[in-house]
Amino acid sequence: MKFRLFKNIIKQGFVGMWRNRMMSLASIGSVMSVLIILGIILVIVLNINNLTGMAKEQFDEIQVYLEDGINEEQIENIGEKLRELDGVLAVIYQSKEQALEIFKKEWGDKAYLFEGLEKNPLPNSYIIQLKDIKYTEDVVNRINGLTGIEDIRYYKDIVEKMMAISNFVRAGGLAVISILILVSIFIISNTVKLTVAARRREISIMKYIGATNGYIRGPFILEGIFLGAIGSILAILIVSFGYKYLFLVVNERLYVLFTVYMIPYYEILDDIIIMFTAIGIGIGVLGSIISLRKFLRV
Amino acid sequence: MIDFINVSKVYGNGVKALSNINIHIDKGEFVFIVGSSGAGKSTLIKLLLKEEDPTDGKIYLNDMDITKVKNRRIPYIRRNIGVVFQDFRLLKNKTVYENVAFAMEIIGSSSKEIRRQVPMMLSMVGLSNKAHSYPDQLSGGEQQRVSIARALVNRPTVLIADEPTGNLDPDTAWEIMRLLKEINRRGTTVLMATHARDIVNAMRRRVIALEKGRVVRDELKGVYDYEV
Repeated sequence: MKFRLFKNIIKQGFVGMWRNRMMSLASIGSVMSVLIILGIILVIVLNINNLTGMAKEQFDEIQVYLEDGINEEQIENIGEKLRELDGVLAVIYQSKEQALEIFKKEWGDKAYLFEGLEKNPLPNSYIIQLKDIKYTEDVVNRINGLTGIEDIRYYKDIVEKMMAISNFVRAGGLAVISILILVSIFIISNTVKLTVAARRREISIMKYIGATNGYIRGPFILEGIFLGAIGSILAILIVSFGYKYLFLVVNERLYVLFTVYMIPYYEILDDIIIMFTAIGIGIGVLGSIISLRKFLRV
Repeated sequence: MIDFINVSKVYGNGVKALSNINIHIDKGEFVFIVGSSGAGKSTLIKLLLKEEDPTDGKIYLNDMDITKVKNRRIPYIRRNIGVVFQDFRLLKNKTVYENVAFAMEIIGSSSKEIRRQVPMMLSMVGLSNKAHSYPDQLSGGEQQRVSIARALVNRPTVLIADEPTGNLDPDTAWEIMRLLKEINRRGTTVLMATHARDIVNAMRRRVIALEKGRVVRDELKGVYDYEV
């Protein structure tokens, strides 16, 4: 008996969706757009966080590039001075030959590109490990005072900037998403309301005959769920294929240029599926409930 | 069977629809509820159907106190009561057969039960040959008979008829009354709210007269007015 009732409810849910095809399309479209935008924001935030994390591993390091013209003794001298600075934990020398080796390794099978070089373009450098990031500015200022220094590279600024961007995208995204979710709920509730209006007479008769509220509400809630679920499935497909494509196109170049990776698409797929389905269906259920609240007394 | 004990109903806007009503109806009775518009007939029916809650007093149906039941239980109470309205309230996009079957579907009857029960009901109201017609293709009397079949198909113990002859010409009205009488003879308690003086007077059944929310008369084999 339960199953039979359930079958009726499901059938009515589909009928309701089909009866207002245009509004159903609009509802599905709105859920889909919300989730795609959410997906884009999510991808940006996750990747920035990922990059920040990777940069943080090099966070407490300062790389000091030395001028090409200076001799062994001067290099040694600079090393000594660096070791004496406050907040410095360790100083490691990296010769230009070592730097080239590391560089080649990072380029993998494209390392042959460097074979033709007459002269190693990479500078000698010192890598300074700090006791704590808070010493960054002090140490950098002192190093600036030394002679024979070509350039100083450190990550504190970059990390902070990326975190600021990430926070901004997250906050802005949250606001945009919240508004769009409300809009979607509104559109779905209107769609379901049309079905409710079309079946008003039937509903009043059903109540007198003794249909349970669940039986009456079921088809409408289901209609909302269908709309939300279809929207979220479409969004999942679009976002995951879109990101996969972006990953394949961009990732290698990104690594070559900045030695960082994007998050692989297969790692975020699960999260996207779970999150999108939950939000899509949630929007659908809320939309239906709002449109039902008014008339379902008695 | 049905008991109203000291029942009063005051609506939210302050209108006193019923005051201190005491009615006892036995199983198998045929009862007319008469009174002018606004006398409280509709409110009485609404209380029985749990569309409204009484402000005061207690209501029993089948020896069960239905005064205070959870909303969730209301549908199950209504399944004991068949309702027929003045305006029939049939679904226009369903055939006669489907309209009656619909009442069984929504309470989860099996299609086997439906196939057995619906033709039985249609034959009882004399519409077997119109099973596949749509309500628009039927006369008023026929539509009302469909709605009676629908009200009874789930075998309720009580049939409430709210002015069932109000939209019908006198001859058709009498057909409906003969049908209700027959239903009552088979054991269903019938409660009929009506304005139809000649029907009430001719039937000679119990009459409960309401006036301004009070029971002013309750007679076995009664008539519509004292004057008659």
